[in-house]
Amino acid sequence: MADPAELYRVVRLIRRFEERAVELVRSGVIVGGIHPYIGQEAIAAGVCAALRTDDLIASTHRGHGHVLAKGADPARMLAELAGRTTGFNRGRGGSMHAADLRLGVLGANAIVGAAVPIAAGAAWAARQAGSDRVAVAFFGDGAVNQGVVLETFNLAALWRVPVVFVCENNGFATTMRTEAAVAGSITGRAAAFGIPARTADGMDPEAVLDVATEAVLRARVGEGPTLIECTTYRFDAHHTWEHTARPRYRTEAEVAAGRSRDPLDVQGRRISERLRAQIDARIEDVLAEAVRFACESPHPDPADAARYLYADGTRARAGAS
Amino acid sequence: MANLSYLKALNRALGDEMERDPAVCVFGEDVGAAVTNVTAGLLKRFGPQRVLDTPISEQAFTGFATGAALAGARPLVEFQIPALLFLAFEQIANQAHKYSLMTGGQARVPVTYLVPNSGSREGWAVQHADHPYSLFAHVGVKTVVPATPTDAYGLLVTALRDDDPVVVFAPAGALGRREDVDLATLTPVPLGIGRVHRSGEDVTVVAIGHLVHDALAVADEVADHISVEVFDPRTLHPFDWDGLAASLERTGRLVVLDDSNRSCGIGAEILATAAEGMRLIAPPQRVTRPDGAVLPYARDLGLALQPTRDQLRTAFARLDLKQKERVP
Repeated sequence: MADPAELYRVVRLIRRFEERAVELVRSGVIVGGIHPYIGQEAIAAGVCAALRTDDLIASTHRGHGHVLAKGADPARMLAELAGRTTGFNRGRGGSMHAADLRLGVLGANAIVGAAVPIAAGAAWAARQAGSDRVAVAFFGDGAVNQGVVLETFNLAALWRVPVVFVCENNGFATTMRTEAAVAGSITGRAAAFGIPARTADGMDPEAVLDVATEAVLRARVGEGPTLIECTTYRFDAHHTWEHTARPRYRTEAEVAAGRSRDPLDVQGRRISERLRAQIDARIEDVLAEAVRFACESPHPDPADAARYLYADGTRARAGAS
Repeated sequence: MANLSYLKALNRALGDEMERDPAVCVFGEDVGAAVTNVTAGLLKRFGPQRVLDTPISEQAFTGFATGAALAGARPLVEFQIPALLFLAFEQIANQAHKYSLMTGGQARVPVTYLVPNSGSREGWAVQHADHPYSLFAHVGVKTVVPATPTDAYGLLVTALRDDDPVVVFAPAGALGRREDVDLATLTPVPLGIGRVHRSGEDVTVVAIGHLVHDALAVADEVADHISVEVFDPRTLHPFDWDGLAASLERTGRLVVLDDSNRSCGIGAEILATAAEGMRLIAPPQRVTRPDGAVLPYARDLGLALQPTRDQLRTAFARLDLKQKERVP
């Protein structure tokens, strides 16, 4: 069982990281906006608490929480969002791809569902290489209608791949409600491939951790994949463009109801007020330093824009002579 | 001396690399039964953990190979039909290819995609007849089209050892080629280095894949009045521009023989690049498929839309060999 304070710390870190990032979007430091993970933090915190440091995860366009929960340095993460050379991806990835691959993060992916076969393939290769590492594929309810995801369920079940499929059902694929998009059910998709499916309260880090621990163990001992559907609610926008565009797809009352259970409070109530205040204060310091670091870090040199395209340093021709 | 077929060369390259490097593995449809013959004997030799017969799920197994590569494997993914690349284009062009850049160099994705029977096979028609190598060169994926058995061996070995994704097209029209070779001399061929199959003084024919053999045949026919240099780029991306420039320094005339569709095909790029800065004393020409070609079934219809030797002869007939310098 993970330490309740540690779970709280991760939830709080992600929450405040995202809030600071939204401020930096508003002030123009982060261009292109972000997909805030606010409201869904319990899932990243609970799942990653079930993993070893050498286990693998593959993340999504709404990926900051997963990468932070896997142990990423918030300063380098924020620097990536700000497009600086000190970011994990040296400013080449930005919000949707920010990831520290040394922590077993297989990247964060901007195409819905695309990371699912990647996580499964990595889990397969890790087993091939003789390790007992496990991979987690994070994806949203929007991904369960992508063919490649369902194809991957089939492959992973056939080959008993040590992968855990974590579906974060936040109720919306951008603006489309899950019930309008998903025929049958999410867990039913797993059942069709003989993959055990579990549901978890995605607002409770300990509930997520419980279910994830069982699934990770199952994968580790060679029993194959599990699907976990975590029900959650996205408190903020699909993407920060909503802050100005204001598309109407859910009512204020509905959002208020969705926000009434907050993972911060769920987990915060499990530790003392004093400890909670200490953790909060420490995170404020960490993030103040992260913002300073990101804002003061250098921008990449445009002369290097095509660098890193090829692993072997092959340089493509320029667009003008 | 062995009489090495193109397919056997691919099979040998893959087997040699699997022997040398335990990280090399194969994903594909019917690779166990080796319906394309490329994987013949490999299941027995290396077992089902390294030769993986996949269900018909091109997107999943192509994405799966990306993940496997990120975790240390070096997969070869076989596509039986060139059009399957369209299904897996997201996984290759938008995922595997972009990983290195989008992670700022943190990740590498050493996957080789092999397409035996690329281009048209007589009678297979419409959805089995594409030759989309230009599409991959266009998006920047390393793209290889070997013409001969020794190059098929050498380029596939190099592709498997490369740390980036590489697509290898093995044209249907070249699979029947055989070559007498001393097997001990088979060696990796670097990407981005072309090969002059025949030296000449009057015109350079840049021929791709199986069309190299058509170019050589026509060059023989016209040898008494035109001296033809046949330049095989072997790799379309990266392209051996220096090799092409050197050839044009000698000849000053250019004809490209390319099984791509005309608009935005690699032939267009070769002409444009030559026109921008290489020695040309005559307007460059290209022989290609038509714009946006879709190959019909009936034999004569399918052939009518592919580059022909006659079209190459016509291109030669347009050349003014007396002209020795560019007319201003």
